[in-house]
Amino acid sequence: MAIFLTKESKVIVQGMTGATGMKHTKLMLGDGTNIVGGVNPRKAGTTVDFDGTSVPVFGSVEEAMEKTGADVSVLFVPPAFAKSAVVEAIDAEIPLAVVITEGIAVHDSAAFYAYAVKKGNKTRIIGPNCPGLITPGQSNAGIIPGDITKPGKIGLVSKSGTLTYQMMYELRDIGFSSAVGIGGDPVIGTTHIDALAAFEADPETELIVMIGEIGGDAEERAADFIKANVTKPVVGYVAGFTAPEGKTMGHAGAIVSGSSGTAQAKKEALEAAGVKVGKTPTETAKLARAILAG
Amino acid sequence: MDLFEYQARDLFAKHGVPVLAGEVIDTPEAAREATERLGGRSVVKAQVKVGGRGKAGGVKLASDPQDAVEKAGQILGMDIKGHTVHKVMIAETAPEIAEEYYVSYLLDRTNRTFLAMASVEGGMDIEEVAATKPEALAKIPVDANEGVTEAKAREIVEAAKFPAEVKDQVAEILVTLWKTFVAEDALLVEVNPLAKVADGRVIALDGKVSLDANADFRHPEHAELEDKAAANPLEAAAKAKGLNYVKLDGEVGIIGNGAGLVMSTLDVVAYAGEAHGGVKPANFLDIGGGASAEVMANGLEIILGDPDVKSVFVNVFGGITACDEVANGIVQALDLLHSRGEDVTKPLVVRLDGNNAELGRKILSDANHPLVQRVDTMDGAADKAAELAAAK
Repeated sequence: MAIFLTKESKVIVQGMTGATGMKHTKLMLGDGTNIVGGVNPRKAGTTVDFDGTSVPVFGSVEEAMEKTGADVSVLFVPPAFAKSAVVEAIDAEIPLAVVITEGIAVHDSAAFYAYAVKKGNKTRIIGPNCPGLITPGQSNAGIIPGDITKPGKIGLVSKSGTLTYQMMYELRDIGFSSAVGIGGDPVIGTTHIDALAAFEADPETELIVMIGEIGGDAEERAADFIKANVTKPVVGYVAGFTAPEGKTMGHAGAIVSGSSGTAQAKKEALEAAGVKVGKTPTETAKLARAILAG
Repeated sequence: MDLFEYQARDLFAKHGVPVLAGEVIDTPEAAREATERLGGRSVVKAQVKVGGRGKAGGVKLASDPQDAVEKAGQILGMDIKGHTVHKVMIAETAPEIAEEYYVSYLLDRTNRTFLAMASVEGGMDIEEVAATKPEALAKIPVDANEGVTEAKAREIVEAAKFPAEVKDQVAEILVTLWKTFVAEDALLVEVNPLAKVADGRVIALDGKVSLDANADFRHPEHAELEDKAAANPLEAAAKAKGLNYVKLDGEVGIIGNGAGLVMSTLDVVAYAGEAHGGVKPANFLDIGGGASAEVMANGLEIILGDPDVKSVFVNVFGGITACDEVANGIVQALDLLHSRGEDVTKPLVVRLDGNNAELGRKILSDANHPLVQRVDTMDGAADKAAELAAAK
């Protein structure tokens, strides 16, 4: 088992024919992902060869779904065109849209998120500004390196890409059910809470690692959710204790505004919910290890 | 990017929000003509990106052009909460203020929507109103796709209980303010106070606007709004090279890949520093996933050019990028800096992990650069970098 993505998932790539899309489509195929098509209206009807695997290009998400039964789309569309690409995916009612693109204007992401809600939440959005998600040994939808670790019993949800990789690496001998990078933008589709709920329901996940960072109150709300709904052990890590107020730290959403969004407040909220919070990524991995060792 | 009041005023005017006349100047003498143009009287307002300037003496009434020159002279150069006043706005004097209101639009991250906030108790710090009299602050969600129509504006006006005689004016202002918010890709537009003056007009007397840097691609004109004078020179140099850099006040220079890992690196260095005389990270620098030799060289150049930096910690997790490429990048970067004539004398601690880490470490060991030390764990490398910074 896994969350959101399995070996049964049929994946299309919006923006497959661009340089980033080409590079990562090849890597995803190498990780065993069942990529059934790309989308580019200007190249519809052509195919792209990836080391002997021929992937057809369709004119629209709707057409790709109709012809292939695709249920996941990964988007490598540049920021200026991302909103219309996500809206297209929502209109086609694809169950999962993974938006890798970094640098999307907030008015655009707020608009496509509101649109997804209005359309009845038929499309789960992951991201934007995220590394995607991986179910090791089964499928990889995004840019998370597929060779860090193996299938296992840890579920991981993180705002940060490289901290996701770091944590998967620290715990690579134990392995992961799924790892979900939810992204570092102020408006994101899938939250810590969504992933926590899914991991709680996933029989193969025995422990959840949750990585947060400064900005917003998603971690605080996740803490409330954990207290009320999560029975599996959760280990946490929060980045940005030394971040100054009012400065954006790389991720558009990583900003302490006044006294809100601080790492300290998030850590305290998580600890109050019974989550063990590590001081460093390595210490966090040790906490997870100790819990799993009983 | 937060704007100055005069820039917010200009954007409001551009989109039809009623404002008073005003112009920005940076010498006392210029206040004379500006005040003459306004009919002989003016308000001299310090332009600083911080609240509470009125209390700090940064807003003064000038009774004639000579008085304006004197008041501008007093305010220019003043320090307001750590912000030096480099510019003042010479503004039209408002007719007598009868009432002060508050209106704003902002992003509500928690609910992933936009929010309208309005209150008839404006003029003071709205966070104080929210804390002490929450019932006086109406908060109405605004759907990003539907926006603020006249009907929505009326809903906000009713919720905030605006007096009957200003409802129409405020509703119209709410619609134009929404246009400003959307057209400029703002994260915040705030009018405080929105004043009802003696002749019955409702006018935006002061405002705040914050713009979304991610939307710069469709607003080339926003580049002009940047306060280049206030930018830290290292931050400006990094920005010119396309680097994601924030100057901090410590001694350990930091380079890493990925925003989360770099934030984490700062924290880990600060913890390690507790055992080494309290040394702290000197900066945030995310060189992104690629970490090519050129980007690494540009990053190192910025960091080594920071006189506060005593040691450098390069913390890279090879994801898609292989560590051997990163290691080659570091070696080439040092050569490149050498060939640019940079005098590299600060010690570098490098931690490489992940994809092809062994190969990368071997490249660093073989290069045997006198300033480069390899430490293979993040916590251990942070400790070494802190120790080296403390020893300098």
